[in-house]
Amino acid sequence: MSDEPSLDLQTARLAPHGGDLVVRHRLATRLWHWVNALALIVMLMSGLMIFNAHPRLYWGHYGANPDPAWFEIGARGNHGFARLGSLEAPATGVLGVWRDVAGTVQRRAFPYWATIPSRYSLADARLWHLAFAWLLALGLLGFMVASLVNRHFRRDLTISRAEIRPAHVWHDIKEHARLRFPTGAAAARYGILQKLSYVGVIFILLPLIILTGLAMSPAMTSGWAWLLDIFGGRQSARSLHFIATVGLVAFTVVHVVMVLLTGPHNQMRAMISGRYRVPLERAPQG
Amino acid sequence: MIGRRSLLGGLALGAGGLLSGCDRLNASPGFRGLLQGAEQLHYRSQRLIAGSGALAREYGRADMSPLFRVNGSSGPTSAAYAALAANSFADWRLLVDGLVARPLRLSLSDLGRLPQRAQITRHDCVEGWSAIGKWQGPQLGPILRVAGLSSRANFIVFHCADESNGVPYYESIDLNDALHPQTILALLMNDHRLPVPHGAPIRLRVERQLGYKHAKFVMRIEARERIDDLYLGKGGYWEDRADYAWYAGI
Repeated sequence: MSDEPSLDLQTARLAPHGGDLVVRHRLATRLWHWVNALALIVMLMSGLMIFNAHPRLYWGHYGANPDPAWFEIGARGNHGFARLGSLEAPATGVLGVWRDVAGTVQRRAFPYWATIPSRYSLADARLWHLAFAWLLALGLLGFMVASLVNRHFRRDLTISRAEIRPAHVWHDIKEHARLRFPTGAAAARYGILQKLSYVGVIFILLPLIILTGLAMSPAMTSGWAWLLDIFGGRQSARSLHFIATVGLVAFTVVHVVMVLLTGPHNQMRAMISGRYRVPLERAPQG
Repeated sequence: MIGRRSLLGGLALGAGGLLSGCDRLNASPGFRGLLQGAEQLHYRSQRLIAGSGALAREYGRADMSPLFRVNGSSGPTSAAYAALAANSFADWRLLVDGLVARPLRLSLSDLGRLPQRAQITRHDCVEGWSAIGKWQGPQLGPILRVAGLSSRANFIVFHCADESNGVPYYESIDLNDALHPQTILALLMNDHRLPVPHGAPIRLRVERQLGYKHAKFVMRIEARERIDDLYLGKGGYWEDRADYAWYAGI
């Protein structure tokens, strides 16, 4: 192997080699990552308790028990179920009907282990949800400003024409499916699937979940009527809020799995102190 | 590499710790006080954004809920209320008193003779559901002006005929909401006399706040300087009873 440093033509920076210790994540990224992770956990668990108060979703401007719901979690006697359109799945023991810590049967959508607080209280759930909402929103705003100023978005998340070619994206999907992850200099950058996911979360899912949250506020929509217009009504906003939640949960599951599969100790250190050990280049095959 | 068993064990421990930790924080007055600080943030920021006169969306006839479900209690159980209802509330008088120069006693026909505002608005329950209906009645602002609201008054309190566990339902709003054009005492709902389950004889509408603020079965309107010395001091039945926020704009 040559001792000459290789030049990254795009930025004229020196590209790292496998085995190098590099600063992978900027301070703003690391701070926001953990604040956001905490905020999202609290928002999800308190949000599920709020949903328990009325576990039905509608489209349009109004929606209540007499109206058709496109999604609901409920119970018929001792049978819990989740229904999406006309598809109904039994869920006894997990959703709709389940046993609490004391072994008592409870009839509520989401069980005690998934909610904040663990015992039913809409008021307490709102207390957590509406307070941590500020942490979520201000955190995102702060991260966006910092990442524009420190050029994180420009350097690390912009997607080039070459990267977005379907052939390249498909190749990356196949490599991921085979659990063959980048090594060497490529491992110190975000791949195309990462860029798409992070851009999707930062610029689509998180703003969507915040704006749909605001659209459910009768005070906010009296001042900002456009919130109701862009979503097609308060109940549509509520449905989209829930759909964005599913998107964020799906992202988180994949994200955590990926961290575990690509050297969790190294990844965690990188997201705390910034220091990342670039994975050694794979020996050439064949 | 993390072994699967230690991973699962770690997750379970973490989850269990998270759960009981959050429940303990939820019970801590200090932590709750911190979270409750957000209510002031909402109140101030939303008043800033919505301004004092921003109107809640009003809809057309075609947008109305085919069936407007009943929320909260479906009717007071006292003998006094039953007697009033039996006589179509002809003997009912709305008391307007407290920090006013001229206390009033208004009958249903008195209220009907005042200029009426009709509005088709969306009722958002704190539980998450919404219903659109038509409400009609006099605005609260002009009534308070006729009564001569004192400059010392900061809140308008609504005393209601329904009660739970011996505690009467009550609610309160600030003057910004009290004098808002969409804040009315509804006599009619969907073009009919307000039915008992929906709050007869009159129901408060505060269209920029959630449903539990919209007091039903209103018997008395009281102008007060403060609300922290009334009942349990949080400004409303649900606020006192279960720690719901007094400001319900979100």
